[in-house]
Parts: sequence; structure tokens; C-alpha cells
Amino acid sequence: MDFIAMLTLFVLAIFLGVELITKVPPTLHTPLMSGSNAISGITLVGALIAAGHGESVLVQVFGFIAVVLATINVVGGFMVTNRMLAMFKRK
Amino acid sequence: MPHLADHWLNIAYLIAASLFVFGIKGLTKPRTAVRGNQLAALGMLIACVVTVFHRDIFGYEFIVAGVILGTVIGAVMAIRVQMTSMPQMIALLNGFGGGASFAVATAGYIAGDLVGAVAIISTGAAVLIGAVTTTGSIVAFAKLQELISGKSIGFAGMKFVNALLLLGSLVAIGYLVIEPGNEMVFWALVAAASLLGLMLVLPIGGADMPVVIALLNSYSGVAASAAGFVTGNSALIITGSLVGASGLILTQIMCKAMNRSLTNVLFGVMAEGGVSMSDDEVYQGKVKSSSADEVAMILETAQRVVIVPGFGMAMAQAQHAVRELADTLEKRGTVVEYAIHPVAGRMPGHMNVLLAEAEVSYEKLKDMDTINPTFEQTDVAIVIGANDVTNPMAREDKGSPIYGMPILNVDKARTVVVVKRSLSSGFAGLPNPLFAKDNTLMLFGDGKQAIIDISTALKDA
Repeated sequence: MDFIAMLTLFVLAIFLGVELITKVPPTLHTPLMSGSNAISGITLVGALIAAGHGESVLVQVFGFIAVVLATINVVGGFMVTNRMLAMFKRK
Repeated sequence: MPHLADHWLNIAYLIAASLFVFGIKGLTKPRTAVRGNQLAALGMLIACVVTVFHRDIFGYEFIVAGVILGTVIGAVMAIRVQMTSMPQMIALLNGFGGGASFAVATAGYIAGDLVGAVAIISTGAAVLIGAVTTTGSIVAFAKLQELISGKSIGFAGMKFVNALLLLGSLVAIGYLVIEPGNEMVFWALVAAASLLGLMLVLPIGGADMPVVIALLNSYSGVAASAAGFVTGNSALIITGSLVGASGLILTQIMCKAMNRSLTNVLFGVMAEGGVSMSDDEVYQGKVKSSSADEVAMILETAQRVVIVPGFGMAMAQAQHAVRELADTLEKRGTVVEYAIHPVAGRMPGHMNVLLAEAEVSYEKLKDMDTINPTFEQTDVAIVIGANDVTNPMAREDKGSPIYGMPILNVDKARTVVVVKRSLSSGFAGLPNPLFAKDNTLMLFGDGKQAIIDISTALKDA
């Protein structure tokens, strides 16, 4: 992808983010943080590719570290968000 | 394993990004929030599963081991964490997110497949922001967990050193564009950025933690986005900027609620006040200490009660006792609502989560602008573990360092009951004239026990 295309995506997604997030009520701000945190674990995609690198062990090691950290982020983030939101839903 | 063509991967990433957007949209209402979170998780699953078939993946040992290890750690953390410790948990997760982006960018650099200025600059940005987020979040975690002092830690000239570190990092990135193979410069960048993260969060005091967590949340998103620029991955770019925007908006909300500018928070300075009153001047002879029985008697005839929770309620784990008191009152026909200040607790929405844990309906949790006009019709306001967010000096005393900060106008209620251990000051370090008002009763003691005592006395009445 060329740089300008990536920059376009980046800027448009920020506008979308601002529109979406301003509508989240204060009562859900903590789950919003943990949930968006889980989503930022999308780095896992890049981490998987690095950890599967065929040639360099050092690259694989950094990839492995990235996979572990991003997976904690994804699994921990979604699970704890789910736990909190279930409490809001109860009544 | 067979490999998927790039266009199929990109279509899958588009689906994942759309699911994230639907997911966040779901979070705009408590009713649809659980569903939203599940949709986002589904998006993540799709993105990860298709990536396994990426043509650049040759070995699976590290992937499988990493995913298993991460899943176990993440699941244990999510299941075991207490709701009171949620700020620490979020701080850690921010740090892990930043660390992952940092590690991806570093792996990309070592692999040597960076071609062109854009790739190098994106890598540098991911390393810089990722490392700052990681070490900064670790300091935030340590402060929240009280492993280190919550007070501002710093030395004269710290800002100057930080400016140098940032400048040095930028120069290092610039140098790597000219000479990408220079590993010394790369590792110097890593060291400078890591140090910068520590130095940025150390001077920030406990009261400003909500802002810092929100800001680090934003950074972890931007770091993911930068990693996306490195690998040309649309999923990372879109998602990272969504999260970046989210953190930034929360940061703004928090700053506004404290009447501080982001620069003030980041550099750990409070507004310079004029001559502030001493504790004695404010409290001497004016503070009325009360008992649970007396408070129960006043509550007996109350039509409308507003409960104002603060971080002290979390510390005393009093949220369940508070819910029981509210239940007792409601059975007697009293209307009970909760007033939530945007910076009550140590992160955005912290009080709401605690009260939700105690099964308080979210419809009874009112934000500041909604509840403030109703205090004049309120018979009793019960302040439990909140201090600075109720301080009338913010409204009345132009010389006060907190002047202009929006507060909950609890002093307008007919009677104010303040449950607190002592007259000690809050994070702002100021005396609170609310405690000395004619209509204020102080109930000294442990928050949880005090609330239980009131409930018992009320039931006996």
C-alpha cells in the first residue's frame, strides 16, 4: 500500500473514531477503555507474521514476545470487558 | 500449510475492522454493549485466523507457544482481577499493547525488510511510541498498586532532560533514514524512548492518574497504527486510529472535569493559588461529628437521598454496603440516586463499574450535569470517600488552586452526611469547607462499617 493511501485510512478512521466514541455514555467509559484496549491488540496480526518468520531466530524471538503480549491484551481485554458489561446488563 | 492470496487477507481485515466499528457502536448503550464486545472479539478472531495463512509465515512453533502462553495469562488476569483494581489492570493492558507494537516494529527492523523512508520512519514511530507506552504504563501500574509513592516524583530540570530525550529519539529516527543498517542508533533509540516513558509518568500525581491512563490508552492505539504503516496492514492502521481517538477523547473529558490543561497534567504542575486557608481556619470549632443513630434518624424522614461515591468507597470496598443502605431506604419509600463526578475514582467510569458490581441499576447513576440542579430538592446527600470533587472552594474561592473545577454541589442539599476516616485532605491537598458547613454532619470511621451501622440503625427504627 502506498503511503498516501495509508495516511488516508488513518485520518478517516480518526474522524470515525471521534464520531463513535463521543456517543459512549460516561457510565460505560471503563468498559470502553478495556474494550478498545482489546481491539488495539490487533497488533497480534503483525506479531503472528513476525513470529512465523522463516530465517532469523532473533526476529522470531521478538515475534514471540509480541504474540504473547498482544494475546494477553486481546484475551484479557475482551474477557474483562465482558465481565464488566455483564454486570451492567443484569438489571 | 496453504497460503491465502493477499486480496483475500485484506477482505478479511476489512470485515474485522467493520466488526470493531459495530462493536464500539454497541458500547454506546448498556443494553447492546455485551453484544458489541462479542462482535469485536469475533472480528479479532477472523483477523487472526486468516493471518495464519499469510504467505510470509513459515514456522508455527513460536506462534502456537505464544498464543497459548498469552491466552492463559490474559484469562487468569481477567477472571481474578477485582473491580476496585480495574485501573491497574487497564494500565497493564495498555503497557502490553504498547510493548507488542514495539516488538513487532523491532522484529521488522532486525529482519531487514524495511525499504524506503516511510517504512523507516513508521518503524521509528512505532518503537518510540510503543516503548514510551510500555515503560510509562509500568510506572502508572506501580503508582496505582502503591508499589511506589503516588506523589509526584521528579527533580529540577526534568523537563529539560525529557525534551532532550525526545529530541534525541527524533534525531535517531532521522539518522536511520540515512543509514538504516546502523544498529547502534536503533538500540539507542530504544533506550531513549524507554527512559522517556518512565520520566514522563513519574512526576504525575495520583489525582491525575485518570488522565494518564486515558492518554496511555490513546498511545497504545497510535503505536498499533504506526506498526500498521510498517507492514502496510490496513487492519492495524484503522483499528489503531480508532483506539487512538478513543483515548484522546477520554483524556479531554478528564482534563475538562479537573479544569486542567493537558500540558499542566503532563508536567505535573498544579495551578498556582493565592494564599490558601489553613486546615485550622476552615475547621476550628465548626465541624460537627455525628453518629450512625443520628444519621439514621435524619434518613427516616428523607424523601430524596443522593449518594456521592469517591475513591474512598473503593478503598473501603463499601459498594455492597452502600447498595444495601439504598435498598433499605427504597423499601421505606425514599428515592435514592447516585451522583458520579467524571473524575471520581482513578479512571473514567470507575465508580460506575463498582456500583454495577454491587448490582446498582445504571439508570440510578447520574452524571454531574444531570444531578447538580437536583441537590436543592435533596433531603440528604451522603458523601462517601469523595473529597475534592465536592469542595465548594472550586466554585467560590477565586484564590484557590482548584478554582473553576466543576464540582458536585452537595452543599446545596438540606443535610450533608460525610463518611470519612478523618479530616485529612484529598489529592489536591486542600481543606474542604464543606466539612465545616452548618448543614454538614461528619461521620468518622471506616466507610464500609459506617454505612452498615446506618443501615442497621435504620432497620431498627
